[in-house]
Amino acid sequence: MSRHRVEVLIRPRPGLLDPEGKAIHHALASLGFQGVEEVRGGKSVSLEVEAKDPAEARERAEEMCRKLLANPVMEDYEIQMAGDDVPEGA
Amino acid sequence: MKISVITFPGSNCDYDCYKALRDVVGVDAEFRWHKDRELGGADAVILPGGFSYGDYLRAGSIARFSPIMEKVVEFAADGGPVLGICNGFQILCEAGLLPGALLRNEGLTFQSHDVHLRVENAETLFTSGYQKGQVLRMPIAHGEGNYHADTETLSRLEGDGRIVFRYVNAEGETTPWANPNGSAHHIAGILNEPGNVLGMMPHPERAVEEILGSTDGLGIFTSLVEHLSATAPAPS
Repeated sequence: MSRHRVEVLIRPRPGLLDPEGKAIHHALASLGFQGVEEVRGGKSVSLEVEAKDPAEARERAEEMCRKLLANPVMEDYEIQMAGDDVPEGA
Repeated sequence: MKISVITFPGSNCDYDCYKALRDVVGVDAEFRWHKDRELGGADAVILPGGFSYGDYLRAGSIARFSPIMEKVVEFAADGGPVLGICNGFQILCEAGLLPGALLRNEGLTFQSHDVHLRVENAETLFTSGYQKGQVLRMPIAHGEGNYHADTETLSRLEGDGRIVFRYVNAEGETTPWANPNGSAHHIAGILNEPGNVLGMMPHPERAVEEILGSTDGLGIFTSLVEHLSATAPAPS
């Protein structure tokens, strides 16, 4: 068993109204940042998961997303393996 | 007859519901803590408003896994009446007892003011004391009340008469300005398919006495109590 760092990105589903992204977009435009085509809000959850290998850590993160971390009615999720083993006590 | 009001960490309308039931309607009510594993023989359950678990992750997403919720889901599956108000509605959606989800308000801001609702279905156990088309006034207080569901779900809700309340203006019309949060089809409250679970964003428990500015919410509690009296087993 080793510890694996997993990043879960959760975003509103495409096509679904994202008022947060829209507000950020407007704010960027008013600050003079031109040419920003689209802004989506969202959140990330960082996990450190004990598992025998990265594949198992990803699988467990998938299960966490399905059960709790994302709501499929309104959100999509993306799992990124941020790195391999995290040394104990890091 | 007894109605349980569930208190989650962060609930803040639990006492309002308790008071509406006990002092105004005059029915036995009790609090149940989210860690309880029994409903204590309740005849109906209310999930009150508030910010359970600080609304972390998504409103209602963590409360949905509270120990008591296992019992609430069983109770609802057995046909027991469950009313979710505001955060309670969000919890019911997260728990899968009602379809859809409540997104961030379209205008991004927290909305705290009175709204007008039109009773779309007065043949439910929660609304039998109202007339279809009646316009009610009661407060809302939420940041995530923008009801969303896929097109198929929405047309099923429409077709089955499961949209119980819609946001309207004082004249009872669904104008854009009357929709405080961007909810699809102006939805303020929906029913599950068997008709024993109602979720609504507005707060009927805050509109039960003249001193609160409106008594229009009282009908929900009296309808429920009337239903329970009618279905209660005859005293032996």
